[in-house]
Amino acid sequence: MFRARPEVRPATVEVFVEGSPVLVPEGATAAAAVLLAGLPAIRETPVTGSPRLPLCQMGVCFDCLAEIDGIPNRQACMVTVAPGMRIARQHGAREALR
Amino acid sequence: MERQAWALVDGPAMAPSHASMQTRGSDVIVVGGGLVGAAIAHGLRGEGLDTVLLDEGDIAFRASRGNFGLVWVQSKGFGAPWYQRWTRGSAGEWPGLAADLAARTGIDTALQQPGGVHLCLSEQEFEDRGRRMAQMQVEAGNFGLEYRMIRRDELAEMLPGLGPSVVGASWSPYDGHASPLALLQALHRAFTEAGGAYVPNAKVTGGTAAPNDFRVETAAGTFAAPRIVLAAGLGNADLAPVFGLNTPVRPQRGQILVTERARTVLPMPCTTIRQTGEGTIMLGDSMEEVGFDTRQSPPVMAQVAQRAALSFPWIAELNIVRAWSALRVMAPDGLPIYDQSERFPGAFTANCHSGVTLAGAHARLLAPMIARGVLDPVLDPFSAKRFDVPRAA
Repeated sequence: MFRARPEVRPATVEVFVEGSPVLVPEGATAAAAVLLAGLPAIRETPVTGSPRLPLCQMGVCFDCLAEIDGIPNRQACMVTVAPGMRIARQHGAREALR
Repeated sequence: MERQAWALVDGPAMAPSHASMQTRGSDVIVVGGGLVGAAIAHGLRGEGLDTVLLDEGDIAFRASRGNFGLVWVQSKGFGAPWYQRWTRGSAGEWPGLAADLAARTGIDTALQQPGGVHLCLSEQEFEDRGRRMAQMQVEAGNFGLEYRMIRRDELAEMLPGLGPSVVGASWSPYDGHASPLALLQALHRAFTEAGGAYVPNAKVTGGTAAPNDFRVETAAGTFAAPRIVLAAGLGNADLAPVFGLNTPVRPQRGQILVTERARTVLPMPCTTIRQTGEGTIMLGDSMEEVGFDTRQSPPVMAQVAQRAALSFPWIAELNIVRAWSALRVMAPDGLPIYDQSERFPGAFTANCHSGVTLAGAHARLLAPMIARGVLDPVLDPFSAKRFDVPRAA
């Protein structure tokens, strides 16, 4: 469903989405990595548990919330990838007190 | 019989003889569609009165949309035990109101009344709070006031992740919280589904007042009734005098911060920190005297956040997702004002800054009084006549 445009830079940065390695171009967002990984959902909403994937890609809709490098509820579309980044599903509401 | 025609500055005066042909008559008009007006209108409809609820529109200050959402008792009525009783009475009516609204509308107002705490961040605050609660218990007399001053070690067992700066808290079993927006929606829906007439974009601009004979002009038409209830929040200050009433209310700004949703951590509300049913944590309760200025101010927002992070350090890790300010409807002494006009009987007014806490009383205690046409003596101390007493030299 989602495919990177052919003219973009080569995929050289390795990140891990739900533990699986994904190669993405330098400067791409974590949300792009999520979409390339082909997951059915990156989060479930806190109240109804509805599954979501990145939508607006511009920091507005919050449907791309993910746990990134251990920090919950980050907007994946606002985070630039770094080598070795770990992007995990956000299951409902975060834990406030861990 | 005395009859007074009047107009607010931005509306045309209507001569008494110039009554519109399309006047909508009813048993009672409620001016103000916020929590106070909607609760009273819901109660009046429940008493079987044909009730018209006039709402100004989105240009209004809408304190009900900015409310923090406490159903709060413990600190209300210092030096005024009648206010403590009225507030506790309202907290007691709340479960019935919530159940009634849920049954009628299916809307869950998220009421929880597990008791609540006021956190103290210094020994001085703890001592002051202890004195204040003890004094209120004395003032309560036979009515009683159950509370405890709880020291840090015991409090830490009650509240997960309590910060080291917290030295203790006052606790009372009466306190709780609810969703202000769900309450407002439920009151409106219950009112209209029971046959009440809700009229939006109907700011009152003029009309006539005579004993048990009122007529008001609005952009949405002309309305007439033998009874009228002024529940227009800050708008009451201008509206009341033309009905022979006095409601010297002023705006007091409060600012609120809201965190992202988190799994339930807090088992009870604190005075300035509460976790909602859906998981967000609300931080608030600043008080500023800045007139009708509804802007937010970063220094105050920072204070709110810092105090919250001192109370519960883990809150500092949460993202703030929303923030707003709103204007409380504040009388000179901070207490509600309830009155019936002596000059124009049938004209009532209700004013307070606790639209959520007092919703139970407004819907289930005050509305029946208005339906009977007489305010109970328990409300006598809330008359604006208290402001007329000359100060001792």
